[in-house]
Amino acid sequence: MDLVERCREFRATHDPSDRLGWLRARFDAGLAWVHYPEGLGGLGLSRGMQAVVEAEMSGTPDNDPGRIGIGLGMAAPTILAFGTDEQKRRFLRPLWTGEEVWCQLFSEPGAGSDLATLGTRAVRDGDEWVVDGQKVWTSGAHHARWGILVTRTDPDVPKHQGMTYFVADMHAPGVEVRPLRQITGEAEFNEVFLTGVRLPDDLRLGAVGDGWRVAQTTLMNERVAIGAGPARRSMASIVADAWREHPELRSPAMHQRLLKLWVDAEVMRLTAVRLREQLAAGHPGPEGSGMKLLFARLHQELSGFEVEFRRELGYDDWTLRRPETVDFVGREAGYRYLRAKGNSIEGGTSEILRNIIAERVLGLPSEPRVDKDVPWKDLPR
Amino acid sequence: MSLLYSDVEEELRAAVRSLLADACPPSAVLGRVESAEPYDLGLWKSLARDIGVAGLLIPEEHGGAGATPREAAVVMEELGRAVAPVPFLSSAVLATRALLDAGASAPLERLASGETTACLVVPFAASPYADVPVVSHDGGALTGTVRGVVGAEVADLLVVPVDEGLAVVEASAAEIVPAVSLDQTRPIATVTFNDAAYEVVGGFSPDVLRAGAGLLASEQLGIAEWCLTTTVAYVKERRQFARQIGSFQAIKHRLADLWLEVVGARAAARNAVSLEPQAVAVAAAYCGPVAVHAAEEALQLHGGIGMTWEHPVHLYLKRAKADEIALGTPGDHRAALASIADLPA
Repeated sequence: MDLVERCREFRATHDPSDRLGWLRARFDAGLAWVHYPEGLGGLGLSRGMQAVVEAEMSGTPDNDPGRIGIGLGMAAPTILAFGTDEQKRRFLRPLWTGEEVWCQLFSEPGAGSDLATLGTRAVRDGDEWVVDGQKVWTSGAHHARWGILVTRTDPDVPKHQGMTYFVADMHAPGVEVRPLRQITGEAEFNEVFLTGVRLPDDLRLGAVGDGWRVAQTTLMNERVAIGAGPARRSMASIVADAWREHPELRSPAMHQRLLKLWVDAEVMRLTAVRLREQLAAGHPGPEGSGMKLLFARLHQELSGFEVEFRRELGYDDWTLRRPETVDFVGREAGYRYLRAKGNSIEGGTSEILRNIIAERVLGLPSEPRVDKDVPWKDLPR
Repeated sequence: MSLLYSDVEEELRAAVRSLLADACPPSAVLGRVESAEPYDLGLWKSLARDIGVAGLLIPEEHGGAGATPREAAVVMEELGRAVAPVPFLSSAVLATRALLDAGASAPLERLASGETTACLVVPFAASPYADVPVVSHDGGALTGTVRGVVGAEVADLLVVPVDEGLAVVEASAAEIVPAVSLDQTRPIATVTFNDAAYEVVGGFSPDVLRAGAGLLASEQLGIAEWCLTTTVAYVKERRQFARQIGSFQAIKHRLADLWLEVVGARAAARNAVSLEPQAVAVAAAYCGPVAVHAAEEALQLHGGIGMTWEHPVHLYLKRAKADEIALGTPGDHRAALASIADLPA
């Protein structure tokens, strides 16, 4: 049976008024993410075929991808790549249906761009691990059932070697989530304090000491997810519409800038279209690593332009809110401007991404490393 | 329409690239620019006859290959990558498109084989969005001067926008004086008609210039790619402070940004082969500055050697800067988007 037929038969035989039932059945039918294996929500098809499913399923209940983005974009590909069969069966279905929300416990106050220097300790105690430390910039931790967690398990070896990756139970005793307020007024993200948190060994993802390699899978997927993120309306179209609606605010100088930004936005759109074509053809190019950088720069320029164009001295709402999703469209220009500042920091700063492009795509040598062969515990702090 | 390259296009690219690698290394271009023959007609004959690029855009019924702008764009990329001094753009793109639009089959048949070369007699800096200067005629003969024409000195046939449409004039009937050109790999000339006999073959529209601008974006992509690749190789080799200079973030970040520009230019140039107004304006506004920036970065990151006549980077800088002006400046193309994309002043 071809994919279109399979989707249509599914629609004909299931009741969309039962949202959760619908999503669970869609997962079980392999129509969640068709590039995943059969039995895990997919059909083992190419990633490009997912567009066919999305088109056929439009208008039916969705799993609110904005709310569960970290699970979809980061936890799921990591579990798929490194999880045991039992872990895949346990976690992927409620992750995809949105029954269980995920967060990412990577960055620490002392480990940002240099993530591999992280110090949250996990010490083995029989069949369990005891975790102590502090994580930060944890979006959605206050909604999360599970977290993907990287810890230090061996301080006596160089920093990249002594890490181990876990699924953290966010309901376990000793997990404390505190909101961190952002420049927008709201608090999307949190500090997470882990004090004597006991995790069973069957929540370990990948081998002991192999956490860095597992984390790389998560981070590469994060950048792809951010760069190719689903946008209901692009920032360029928001700005272009504002321009069309307000002839009284236009000036020749702003017009020149608008046209230049509009060209940049159109080129980014075409770059993304070409990248998707490459993925669909089974030839993913290195262009993916650049999309987040382009997206961040363009978002920042467009949102700054919009505030200036509107001559807007007000702001919509400074209340400390706890939003479930990042929504550029539902807020006003000032919010967009401030929130876009995070785009070049979250998920790898633009500076780190330039290093990655230079080293992995262009093959340029890395900076000399003073910390490479030093045991983690002896690193200067 | 796909933004990727088809297998056929990749084969065409490989054939052109291989010929250029043998016959047109940068050292040969450098040697030629100050010679009496800045255009390489031997290379042009090989490209035209052996690979068939002269008749690429000419339909099969007129003896051409019946290919599309997609294939022509791939040839432009490779010619840009080699700053090849051949009249492909002037003859096989601009003059050919003008004759095709005019429905002039007889001259096209002469061009298809590559035996005859033509050029479109308009200033290379003419914008597709403004009136093209036309040559006036008086009593059945052309009189006037057009400056800044590319490919004229190697053309057998001049294709001339005139008051009544498009005229064809034998090159021997005009006076063609090469000018000292910023881009020595595609020199300009002044074309003067003194009572030259002509034949009107059809109409003329500035859409020809737009098509040229759409394909020029692919040449600009090729220039930028050469500059990026050559510079990346150089900074891996050059050592200062006891390390490869390519290990310094100050240099890595500039090259990462340039790579992103080239990635964008490729998507824009591929999209422009549709020759649709918006696609061309976007590509021309974007790719021109990318090629110039790539050549400027290449020069700077080569240090002193980049400033020498001996190193070929200046050929790319001059070609890129001339291309940025050719067939509408980036500003002209952006201004056109005000109406094309409904972003009024």
